[in-house]
Amino acid sequence: MLNNSVLIGALLMVLATTSGFADQARKEESGKEIVLDRNKGNCLACHGMPGVPEAEQTGTAGPPLIAMQARFPDRQVLRAKVWDPTVSNPATFMPPFGKHGVLTEKEIDKVVDFIYGL
Amino acid sequence: MIKTFQALSGLLLLLGAAVAYATPEEDRLRLVIYFKTRYPDVKPENYNYGALAFDPDSKAQYDAIMEFPPFVEEIEKGRKLWKTPFRNGKTYAECLPSGGRMIAGNYPMFDEAKGKVVTLEDVINICRVANGDEAYKLDDMKTMGLLTSYVRTLSDGMKMNIRVDGPAALKAYEDGKQTFFARKGQLNVSCANCHIDHALDHLRSELLSPVTGQATHWPVFRGGDTLVTLQKRYVGCFNSVRQVSDQEGSPRMNNLEYFHSYLSNGLEMKSSVFRK
Repeated sequence: MLNNSVLIGALLMVLATTSGFADQARKEESGKEIVLDRNKGNCLACHGMPGVPEAEQTGTAGPPLIAMQARFPDRQVLRAKVWDPTVSNPATFMPPFGKHGVLTEKEIDKVVDFIYGL
Repeated sequence: MIKTFQALSGLLLLLGAAVAYATPEEDRLRLVIYFKTRYPDVKPENYNYGALAFDPDSKAQYDAIMEFPPFVEEIEKGRKLWKTPFRNGKTYAECLPSGGRMIAGNYPMFDEAKGKVVTLEDVINICRVANGDEAYKLDDMKTMGLLTSYVRTLSDGMKMNIRVDGPAALKAYEDGKQTFFARKGQLNVSCANCHIDHALDHLRSELLSPVTGQATHWPVFRGGDTLVTLQKRYVGCFNSVRQVSDQEGSPRMNNLEYFHSYLSNGLEMKSSVFRK
């Protein structure tokens, strides 16, 4: 009887843990969410996004993100710019999102995927 | 031959130094010209309003709030602190130069005897200690904050008048300048990035204020009720760029305030004011 309740308890714990992981997986932010998140990409602080309806009251300190594939034929050039913009422009205002660990490599991939579609 | 070479290299070194170091006055004027060229419609004497001078809607809102500021009772608390005598019965007015009137624009001041920059807040604490009271904590808005919210009103209308005389003072000024221009924190942003390079750009809906004039109107009541001194604002800036901040009153913070205030020289002071 005691053994049974221990077993059930353990089973419940396992379930709780796994469903916890499932929750986390569901909560993982999309590229667009990272872009809009004030504590993550916070891209709207500086950049307008004329093609994105949610992008209201956007900043003016950076160029608007539009026609990205035409402006960056090589996607890697855009990714490198997000990772550390000071390499291509030492005077830039933009934070080095990869170099300083503001975003993870995976988050940067997602962000680049999203903005490359703008 | 060797002597000529030495003389020549000495001359070159001198020239190099002259090129590398602008005088404080050159720094200040260069920035006035920078903003004047970009915004010819705004009078330089209005730069003490900060971003408000460049945004008529926000200025109108500011003027309306300043007619009956919601924080007059807070300043009154500051006045009571000012009137409260020290343990030995003496007062701030007896300790401070000119009874504390029309002096705020002289601070921060380079104190030759101490060999360092002292702010008005430092001088207030020096008075307290000299008269047997304990120094206030610089980051305590309920004491030092409220007190200066009143004390600085006694200098309303004074023009900022920071002096950088002599090599030791210049070194402190240059140190503050270094702090202002150095990129900081995880976001890799300097004071100058926001308040010179991108001054009057919007970050979302917020207009970045130009450095010229910034030091003239502290403390502020943000949102009408939250008291913020100038160095507390510096701490906020450091936090915004994700940089561990120095303590208020540290040599680095004081030198920053010294450099920063110099850039507002000649502009009229006004305390304590509303900010968003």
